[in-house]
Amino acid sequence: MVAHESSSQKEPIFMATTLGAGQEQPAAQNIGITTARGPEPRRGSLQKRPRPVDGLVRILLFFCGILSIFTTIALIIVLLSESIAFFTSGLVTLPEFIFGTRWQPVAGEFGILPLLNATIVTSFWAMVVALPLGIGGAIYLSEYAKGSTRDKLKPILEILAGIPTVTYGFFALTFMTPVLRVILGENNVSIYNMLSAGLVMGIMILPTIASMSEDALRAVPNSLREASYGLGATKFETISKVVVPAALSGLIASFIVGIARAVGETMIVALAAGAGPVANLTVNPLGSGETVTGHIARISGGDLSYASIDYQSLFALGLALFVFTLALNFISQWVTRRFREVYQ
Amino acid sequence: MSAAKAARQTTGAYAIELHNVNVFYGEKLAVKDVSLNIQRQKITAFIGPSGCGKSTVLRSINRMNDLIGGARVTGEVVYNGENLYASNIDAVEVRRRIGMVFQKANPFPKSIYDNVAYGPRLLGVRGKKQLDEIVERSLKGSFLWDEVKNDLKKSGLALSGGQQQRLCIARTIAIEPDTILMDEPCSALDPIATQAIEELMRELVKKYTIVIVTHNMQQAQRVADMTAFFSIRKEALEGGKDRRWGVLVEYAHTPQIFESPQFEETERYIGGEFG
Repeated sequence: MVAHESSSQKEPIFMATTLGAGQEQPAAQNIGITTARGPEPRRGSLQKRPRPVDGLVRILLFFCGILSIFTTIALIIVLLSESIAFFTSGLVTLPEFIFGTRWQPVAGEFGILPLLNATIVTSFWAMVVALPLGIGGAIYLSEYAKGSTRDKLKPILEILAGIPTVTYGFFALTFMTPVLRVILGENNVSIYNMLSAGLVMGIMILPTIASMSEDALRAVPNSLREASYGLGATKFETISKVVVPAALSGLIASFIVGIARAVGETMIVALAAGAGPVANLTVNPLGSGETVTGHIARISGGDLSYASIDYQSLFALGLALFVFTLALNFISQWVTRRFREVYQ
Repeated sequence: MSAAKAARQTTGAYAIELHNVNVFYGEKLAVKDVSLNIQRQKITAFIGPSGCGKSTVLRSINRMNDLIGGARVTGEVVYNGENLYASNIDAVEVRRRIGMVFQKANPFPKSIYDNVAYGPRLLGVRGKKQLDEIVERSLKGSFLWDEVKNDLKKSGLALSGGQQQRLCIARTIAIEPDTILMDEPCSALDPIATQAIEELMRELVKKYTIVIVTHNMQQAQRVADMTAFFSIRKEALEGGKDRRWGVLVEYAHTPQIFESPQFEETERYIGGEFG
């Protein structure tokens, strides 16, 4: 009897699941049930038994995993089907879409280049800001900052990365643009200009790049730094010849994430870079320009009739963006494989 | 020139002299009052139980402790008549003269060639022919040349553990230091690789001064000319805790340390009673 009692105490989960919640459980009943199953119910037999919780968890997690894949596939299907409808409408051909230099749906002109040009110009200026400052900040945090300084700065960086981009857009329009107009001259800088949007986008991306790069640099084992110092290298030589090359794949990954965010960013460019496609293809960042994302945001906000050519054109633009970022990913993987130094 | 400095330079038999060296990590005393003279072109072994500060002392010789935040060294480490801890001494220059081999082989994730050429390139050697010569000479010097001469472009990390450690030694001798510090260089190696490193050390000592930290007393007996035994001192603090620091107990010719030590503590450690 004593043995029965002790075995029943080992099994609270089993008891709860068998008897259900809310039921009165007098001690005598407990003992009765374990007795019915014998003194050692868990170790009694080697035969397989059902484990419903394991199976349930498995199914739930499988569902979580498959959902993201399903969403992606569904997204691609929608993008593709609407894009195919766009290109088979007879109003525009693929070469016209890719190489056309005017985007004027009203006039039946669907050339992506002006939009893509604005995307590339703003992203370029964003990276001009974000790359050197991000990497520099990461190197400072990882290699120069004292532990206490880093512990304070890193969370601040991560908070910065969480500021809504509409805030940055407003900042670009009401602060960066006036500053640029003072520095470069009112006549030279449009109210809506790509430079302002690009620079602020760079500030937006900066924390992401700095934070990811810092992780990559810190993952380089200290033994490599010691080896370098032990051979009479200075701090700068150690960083530039050992630490950065060893962290290169992580650094490139952070660049690519940064570029992808710049290309996909919408609110900042919609607010500050300009609305309405510019007919002339210009790399001059002081003029206005509508990016691919900015255009999608503006048009889909209006009264757009379903299944019209304008509606379908947005999906074609979405597909183009998708292909663009996919290509960036492939390039980054190739670069990573080609140049990285694998440490243990 | 001060009289003291002149006197030091006349003691040419010593590569390095430690005078009353204390090492602190922050407020904590790690090693107390170590004085010993390391003989030129001899192998000096540091032995002692874990936590006795032997690696700390070794790292104070080429100022590697500088890299640890809060580390501080007092006393003098005299090398070629100069105190390495004087304010006008450049730690980077010190490490070019006093090379170091670490416990875990740490080749760079670069080719064998670039690993060995790393130091010379830092020193400004650029010519391909000159670098080729240095790489070959250094790899020959560490008995690795015959094994790797056909794949110098292969990653240093593709080598076995013992080969990696010999690559690290080649990398160190490529900068032509006059002293090589080795911090338990064989602790991660199998007996055959260990034997290869020990033979290499006996060869290297014809040109270099070697200081080795080892946990392995047989290794000290096999390779070292001089042996320094370090141990731990402790002082009880309130709350059941204690404060520990390392001291140098005994320093003498290796046979003397192992056959007729002057101190009972040395004898007990040699006899395997603690450690």
